Amino acid sequence: MSEQIIDLDRADSEMLEKLRTRGVKADACYQCLRCAAGCPVLSFMDIHPNRIVRMLQFGMDKEVLTSKAIWLCASCQTCTTRCPNEVDIAHMMDVLRQEALARGIPCPQPEVEKFHRAFLTAVKRGRVHELSMLAHYKLMTRRFTDDMALGMEMFKRGRMKLIPTRLLPTETMKKIFAKAKEGD
Amino acid sequence: MIVEYSYYPGCSLQGSSSEYDHSIRAVCRALDIGMTELDGWTCCGASSAHALDESLSILLAAHNIDLADKVGKDILVGCAACFSRLKFAEKAMRDEPRRWAESKTAPSVGIVHIHDLLCEDRIMDKIKKLAVKPLKGLNVIPYYGCLTARPPKVVDAPNPENPQALDEIVKALGANLTPWSRKTDCCGGSFAISKTEIVRKLSGDLFEAAKHAGGDCIVTDCPMCQANLDSRQKEIAEERGIPLDMPVFFITELIALAFGIDNTQKWLAKHLVDPRPLLAQKDAI
Repeated sequence: MSEQIIDLDRADSEMLEKLRTRGVKADACYQCLRCAAGCPVLSFMDIHPNRIVRMLQFGMDKEVLTSKAIWLCASCQTCTTRCPNEVDIAHMMDVLRQEALARGIPCPQPEVEKFHRAFLTAVKRGRVHELSMLAHYKLMTRRFTDDMALGMEMFKRGRMKLIPTRLLPTETMKKIFAKAKEGD
Repeated sequence: MIVEYSYYPGCSLQGSSSEYDHSIRAVCRALDIGMTELDGWTCCGASSAHALDESLSILLAAHNIDLADKVGKDILVGCAACFSRLKFAEKAMRDEPRRWAESKTAPSVGIVHIHDLLCEDRIMDKIKKLAVKPLKGLNVIPYYGCLTARPPKVVDAPNPENPQALDEIVKALGANLTPWSRKTDCCGGSFAISKTEIVRKLSGDLFEAAKHAGGDCIVTDCPMCQANLDSRQKEIAEERGIPLDMPVFFITELIALAFGIDNTQKWLAKHLVDPRPLLAQKDAI
């Protein structure tokens, strides 16, 4: 990273502008590093949150949107809470994930995206039935044996509900999902 | 009955964390807090909706506020994640009611998290009176996690770096409140299934700090935190080569214990780290 040549003509990126319209003032950052200092998943990230902001200021949209870091943000909101310049970094990470998907960039942490997709598929029935959602996730990731022992323990203790309480009319959910599509 | 709420359990409380739901209902009944389950409630979208689709994340939660608005009673929530999503939607509906609210006007109802309700003076007085079996000698670590504390502007948390609600309740129950420095650190909740190595790292750090502080057990009010902390101890212990056997309670389970509510042991039996040996050792059951 330190050896990379940064082309300042690319500054004021498309992404920076998009973030502005979504209420994230990424240009207000002065690199105090409070976001990075408080970030619980920093050691898993390929690019630290403060650097993501700086790279966006330099117009390095592509590098940011293809990073693992945007998918490893735990949405714990510590950065947003502590930023002295009110840069909503957690929200920024959401916007970056959504933009990466919109541009068709393959997610470098596929299991994270697949979990979210399995969850949202389950939401379409109104309420999430955990066991069906997990089965769907396992089918998508083909990671059938992960957490098998733990799953059995939970089952034995009655923490896994086999059958959904009731099926809700999905008309409401269809309307919500359709309206969300209009809003994007 | 003191007050009337529309109760929003959320999906986890109807599945893997049913003991939280049952203990909330039992404790509210004992405290004479009136609540009716919000008819037709749907999923709030949790951490997945906002990760992939912003409009969807607001609309999913807003639908429930629309429902509660028609009933005209504030929404009482136990799950920290549902609470957070409902608060985000509430703020959006107040900022842009024409875009997000079915009625096109700002909602008339608010969102209340169970720990804030329990900390109200009049209810706290009642808790102290009803705690006939004080939890003496139990060293309790208060753990809040992320979503009821942050971001404070959205969730209206007066003290995001050092919240007090669980602390106050633990003290009222006669237990030893055990101070530590990681009250609001993340357990890795949103990666519970997809990135368990992150959960093991973050939750492992929490356990080491909790042990260092001298805690016997942890108390929380978030079903994601409870599930993560309760279920990953064996793996964390193996990975770090440390002994680990620390019960993780829901706050309403501790209240039910101190109130002497009958079903409490049935709920505790569902935990992966069985709290009953510790409680027996402390003469709490």
